[in-house]
Amino acid sequence: MSETMDDKGTVKKAEEFLQVFKKGAEFTQELLRENERLRYQILQVEAGKGEGGLSGEAEEEIRRLRQRIEELEAEKLKILDRIKRVEEENHDFANRYVEVETENNNLANLYIASYQLHSTLDFKEVLQIIMEIVINLIGAEEFAVMLLDDKSNSLQAVASEGIETQDVPIISIGDGIIGQMAKTGENYFIEDMENYMRDLHHPIVCIPLKIKEHVIGVIVIYKLLVQKKRFAEVDYELFTLLAGHAATAIFSSKLYSESERKLSTIQGFLDLLTK
Amino acid sequence: MSTYKVLVVEDSPTMRQLIVFALKRIRGLSIVEASDGVDGLKKLSIEKFDLIFTDINMPIMDGLKLVSLVRNDPGYKSVPIVIITTEGAHEDRERALALGANEYITKPIQTTKIIDSAKRLLNLAG
Repeated sequence: MSETMDDKGTVKKAEEFLQVFKKGAEFTQELLRENERLRYQILQVEAGKGEGGLSGEAEEEIRRLRQRIEELEAEKLKILDRIKRVEEENHDFANRYVEVETENNNLANLYIASYQLHSTLDFKEVLQIIMEIVINLIGAEEFAVMLLDDKSNSLQAVASEGIETQDVPIISIGDGIIGQMAKTGENYFIEDMENYMRDLHHPIVCIPLKIKEHVIGVIVIYKLLVQKKRFAEVDYELFTLLAGHAATAIFSSKLYSESERKLSTIQGFLDLLTK
Repeated sequence: MSTYKVLVVEDSPTMRQLIVFALKRIRGLSIVEASDGVDGLKKLSIEKFDLIFTDINMPIMDGLKLVSLVRNDPGYKSVPIVIITTEGAHEDRERALALGANEYITKPIQTTKIIDSAKRLLNLAG
């Protein structure tokens, strides 16, 4: 009896143990599954980390947006480049506008000067206008207008500013700078203006008064106005153009005075004959 | 567009024409010319001007005398005066400005300076 009871107790214990063991096994298996599931998730998370951790759609959206950003960046660079070119063009146009304005002003001044020069046939008036132009447009303080005497083949001052006309030397054609310029018909501008000391035989500027290739005289400048420190670019051209008009005006007024004188002589002669 | 009246007092016809030609580039200006200070004063007594340009060295009455007479006239006390002259020395400029000139431009004539001065003193844009 007690043996049977012992057997029953043992079986019961074994069953209990078996149950515990089974539960332990089930629990272990469950743990293993859970472990496997977690490992899979870890793998997924790790894999996801490499791809930004986003879904395929999101990745596609990002890729599309990135592409758009790149396109916009390229467009921005193009626009910036265009702006730069437009600014450069604008700058060029502004410079060109200033140049055109300056040219326009110079032409207007030249037109007025030549209009004034040809507005009279009076020799003294022509000389006065030349003087005004040289002071007001060129900016000279001391200068003289010298005319060629065909008989003596020499240049003599007929008008001056800042110096006495009689103080200007009479220059033979070919002599010194003035004589040479009158002979060759070329313009002379001194190179070293800063160290110039007034020398009536050596001006800072000598411009021949030419009608075609025939020199009738020269304009010599010894000093510029205090505020005019150097020659402007336009001066070289302006001088020549003005000198051309001045020469024609002088020549015309001289011819007119001569014809007037002859007419007066003839008139006097006719009056003598008829009265 | 309102019209501003400008008086140009200058004895040299060439110089006067150069100034007038420069001023004509500004739209809406009516320009009157005077050959010296006395002629300028005569014209100032006949009509009202908004701006005066004057030379200094002139016969009969010089530009500085004209400036002082204009400044002593209550009707012209505040009218801007621009001097255009060959006198480039600092003391000449100071003297002219002390007498009441608003601007001092030296020769050789520069069209842009004349236009800029006129526009500035008449408060014209551009």
